[in-house]
Amino acid sequence: MSKLTDAFKNQKAFIPFVAANDPDFEGTVNNVVALAKGGADIVELGIPFSDPIADGPVIQAADLRALKADPDLPMDTIFDMVKEIHQQTDVPLAFLTYLNIVFQYGYDAFTARCEELGIYGLVIPDMPLEERDELEPIAAKHHVDLIPLVTPISGDRIEKIAAAATGFIYVVSSLGVTGERSEFANGLADLVNRIRKVTDVPTAIGFGIHTPEQATEMAQIADGAIVGSACVNIVAEYGRQAPAKLTDYTKQMKAAVNAHPVR
Amino acid sequence: MTELNLKLNKNTSGRYGEYGGQYIPETLMNELDRMTKAYEHYKNDPEFKTELHDLLVDYANRPSLLYYAERMTKDLGGAQIYLKREDLNHTGAHKINNVIGQALLAKHMGKTRLIAETGAGQHGVATATIAAYFGMECEIFMGKKDTDRQRLNVYRMELLGAKVHPVTSGSMVLKDAINAALQDWTKRVDDTFYLMGSATGPHPYPLMVRDFQSVISQESKVQLKEKTGKLPDMVVACVGGGSNAIGSFANYIDDPSVQLVGAEAAGKGVETELTAATVERGSDGIFHGMKSMFLQNKTGQINPVYSISAGLDYPGVGPEHAYLAKTGRAQYVGITDDEAVDAFEYIAKTEGIVAAIESCHAVAYVRKIAPKMRKDQIIVCTLSGRGDKDVASIAKYRGVDIDE
Repeated sequence: MSKLTDAFKNQKAFIPFVAANDPDFEGTVNNVVALAKGGADIVELGIPFSDPIADGPVIQAADLRALKADPDLPMDTIFDMVKEIHQQTDVPLAFLTYLNIVFQYGYDAFTARCEELGIYGLVIPDMPLEERDELEPIAAKHHVDLIPLVTPISGDRIEKIAAAATGFIYVVSSLGVTGERSEFANGLADLVNRIRKVTDVPTAIGFGIHTPEQATEMAQIADGAIVGSACVNIVAEYGRQAPAKLTDYTKQMKAAVNAHPVR
Repeated sequence: MTELNLKLNKNTSGRYGEYGGQYIPETLMNELDRMTKAYEHYKNDPEFKTELHDLLVDYANRPSLLYYAERMTKDLGGAQIYLKREDLNHTGAHKINNVIGQALLAKHMGKTRLIAETGAGQHGVATATIAAYFGMECEIFMGKKDTDRQRLNVYRMELLGAKVHPVTSGSMVLKDAINAALQDWTKRVDDTFYLMGSATGPHPYPLMVRDFQSVISQESKVQLKEKTGKLPDMVVACVGGGSNAIGSFANYIDDPSVQLVGAEAAGKGVETELTAATVERGSDGIFHGMKSMFLQNKTGQINPVYSISAGLDYPGVGPEHAYLAKTGRAQYVGITDDEAVDAFEYIAKTEGIVAAIESCHAVAYVRKIAPKMRKDQIIVCTLSGRGDKDVASIAKYRGVDIDE
């Protein structure tokens, strides 16, 4: 069974995100290890892209910081970060990036490296169901899950996307780009129920979640919660002191996803 | 003028060889699907086609002239040069052809709000114009650098009732404006139609834009036949994303005797970092919804690009151009800032035409190639827009201080 699916077993999963090379190589390693220490079930590591069209201002800024520090930022440097991370923790990792980064490295070479280094999944916002065939068989050969996104307006695409999914399904909480929000789309529970009718692959809700209350609420609906911008904000604000803060925040959020809601 | 043939392109798959596709966030997929189906429906709808025809004739002032540039022909001493005068269209550029088509489709789809990106401002002005005509809400995304160097066009869009958003992310030029427009669209797809200005982006945009712009070559083919009884030997057009070029080429692609040449913006030189010559310097990649050719680094980060022309300042090219380049059906040549500015002055003095700096990239190539061709050969060069908007920046380039 997929290592990512395993992370949802018997509990709700908390999945934080940080961007690679924000602020630098060592900082990235320390931040991911800190998230694991706080109890993260999966860590999403963002590979910076010059033009992240699905991301809001916070993650865009993180990508720009990372690329400003190293404009070329070779993929092999990021693979080295992963190697370093996995010497300190065995937390399952997934990459979030845009398809061009994977395409330039070569689909086979990229997913082979992922398999070798323990990257179990790829979240690629600009690769919808219709375009996944060029990568899916290659990724499957290397046991790398392609994590699909489902949105509140996916409509009759929901079942098709769910049926093809492995690892977990990324449920987008609301329209627009990533970033903290105070409100989510209506009908998320219906959306998750429609997915569950088609597949046992777990679901995690992301886009906009930042408070423990929101995490609790979302984990009542789905099997886990994904938090990006809030973690990236901690990295931006605390720099070298971010790891301790990330551990604390993860502990809090991890407890929140497994808490019963206070009514 | 006969009705525009929207079924010239038999291939409606959205793929041009390996290029094209729909590499776009899931949030937009249903909307793109609706748009594709609507376009496939309406391009067969007699009422839609009549409306489109009437707007092209009565509003955009089509057909545009095919003008024999006699003085230029004599001066260069080679091939006969014909200029396809898209600069004489309403709003002063070829962009109106496409916005009429897409806005009409938006109207039929029940949309009430148009959004668009713009580089030089020509597409923004065209979109704001058609939004005013149809009484639709209109918001334009434009890189901050471009709003600074094209202030007149910003004001013009506002005059037409559009809201202009200066985009301050990334390198603050056209590609960043596209990012911002796409992001806005993901927030609000219900009532909003993203009116893309070039033959770029996810399917169905490259197909629609090509079809709507193919009016350029549909007309030029008939007009040249009337004047000379012949096909041209060469068609030249400037290429940024490639909308006027694909429209200029479309009706000649199946005529193997017609050489197709796209003039790219080489900026300070194809070999320098300050360039926008995608086909010559770029490589295959996936960006802005399409697999095509892009200027990028080894990791796949999209490079900042440079050209004196805001309209050609784009790090990619439409997927059909990538395909035409790869198969060798069309050639793409780099024209530097210097060559384009020389051509701007040359065509003004020789023919009395102030053409857009974008179009002058094509004119610059004609100046190079015409003398090498025989006198019985014919070049059709598309003047995609008029150059009033560029006068101030050309003066600055030449070190002339003028009050704007």
